[in-house]
Amino acid sequence: MAKRYATGTLAVQDVGLEIGRGDFLALLGPSGCGKSTLLRMIAGLDAPSAGRIDWADPAARRDIGFVFQEPTLMPWSSALRNVALPLELAGVPRHEAAARAREMLARVELAGFEDAYPRQLSGGMRMRVSIARALVTKPRLLLMDEPFAALDEITRFRLNNDLLKLWQAERFTVVFVTHSVFESVFLAERIVVMAPRPGRIVAELHVPAEDRAAEEFRTSPIYAAHCREVSHALSDAMAA
Amino acid sequence: MSDGLIAEHREPGILGISYTMWLRILAPSLIGVIFLGGWEWAVRHYEVPRYILPGPILVAQTLVRNWGSLSVSLGITLQITFMALAVAASLGLALSVLFAQSRIIELSLFPYAVILQVTPIVAIAPLIIIWVDNIQVALLICAWIVAFFPILSNTTVGLNSTDRNLVDLFRLYGASRWQVLWRLRLPTAMPYFLAGLRISGGLSLIGAIVAEFVAGSGGRASGLAYRILEAGYQLQIPLMFAALVLVSATGIAIFLALSLLSHLLLRRWHESAGAGDRR
Ligand SMILES: Nc1ncnc2c1ncn2[C@@H]1O[C@H](COP(=O)(O)OP(=O)(O)O)[C@@H](O)[C@H]1O
Ligand SMILES: [Mg+2]
Repeated sequence: MAKRYATGTLAVQDVGLEIGRGDFLALLGPSGCGKSTLLRMIAGLDAPSAGRIDWADPAARRDIGFVFQEPTLMPWSSALRNVALPLELAGVPRHEAAARAREMLARVELAGFEDAYPRQLSGGMRMRVSIARALVTKPRLLLMDEPFAALDEITRFRLNNDLLKLWQAERFTVVFVTHSVFESVFLAERIVVMAPRPGRIVAELHVPAEDRAAEEFRTSPIYAAHCREVSHALSDAMAA
Repeated sequence: MSDGLIAEHREPGILGISYTMWLRILAPSLIGVIFLGGWEWAVRHYEVPRYILPGPILVAQTLVRNWGSLSVSLGITLQITFMALAVAASLGLALSVLFAQSRIIELSLFPYAVILQVTPIVAIAPLIIIWVDNIQVALLICAWIVAFFPILSNTTVGLNSTDRNLVDLFRLYGASRWQVLWRLRLPTAMPYFLAGLRISGGLSLIGAIVAEFVAGSGGRASGLAYRILEAGYQLQIPLMFAALVLVSATGIAIFLALSLLSHLLLRRWHESAGAGDRR
């Protein structure tokens, strides 16, 4: 698959990727290597200029949640109405949409903030609202484009934990774009490393589930070993 | 959860009004009092004749004495002003929505809206008054021409200022054109529309007054501008000033009322509204 923008930039080239149901896959690479482009093509927001995306279940292509780098909330709507938006757009009756949105807000630990407007929430809370909105339709595929990049480290760690817990409970498929080695190792089972100019896939690494089960994974030696491995793959990719 | 709701920040103050707000009320008031006092003193000290420059006290007395007839004229002018504003708001909004739906319509019509805007109203008012038999309608058209453009151009900008990611999000969930317009573009345009409305409120008053002046010199109007003209002809300068004061006060009142409306509609979510909220 490839994508060339109207400006002539070849954003991604010869990308082949198979994503299985329930995967937690990270797209890792420096900025400008076509991660966002690839994600937007998966979401159907941009069309590939060459190649195609095959869906094992064609219904899944309409069953997507998307989280942008910015929370991307409607400032004129309360947290609840923001989360209910995808349901309301799909024609779910308003009270039912509100009930499901309320439940989803509780899942991201925002019970009690239903009526708050985005400007009244902190950056981390806005991101939670955004995640709740992406999950409220119970999508099979969750696409996230550097969702935590703009947050401070403490908030990012907490949201990493929360996301992982949600995923372990629900087992939706996740494609998570990041430029952080540490984040990708902490979250993903499959780490796909990309390189720029033109954007392409150069390596894929695995972090087995049993490794992640280790006590205090984030500070464990196994975690450090994986991080080193992924860092090497990334610097090889940059040098190539 | 350690990151709590960002607390509404309240400044200290008196009678529920913050010190900054008091300053904003008191400082201009003080300037006003000094100015009026100086004026009154100068008029008395230099014994300026009242048909050249009446003092503020005399103007106020004249205003009170003639309140009966002046308020009737004010009512007539206000009627034109508000009708023109209502038509400008609804037509401006409708047309900008049309522009937002089709680039071709926008490109073909927008230049004419600009022409309408840059043509001085005093120059075309006589024509309109000749062409349109009903004087009320003629005045309304003049005021509308002046008030229309800020609403149209502001709302058009607003409708095109939607967050691109939100547009993508709506697309991802298969939102219809109508849903995108109603739930995304119109709310985005709301603050822009209200800013346009605030400008247009004052402009429609000016438009109405100018048109009345033109019509009034032909003896065919009865609004505030006509009272100013009439008083001028009869050298009743204090009455002229009284009518003038009434026009200014009306303009200020319209601006304040529309600012309040805007504040009430936006205070919960928009950055421009609400003192003491998060900055
Ligand atoms: N809409 C666009 N039009 C033209 N070029 C684009 C567009 N979006 C991205 N690009 C270019 O494509 C390349 C990949 O961009 P992107 O996918 O955003 O990378 P990443 O998300 O990895 O930082 C960059 O060189 C970028 O300038
Ligand atoms: Mg990107």
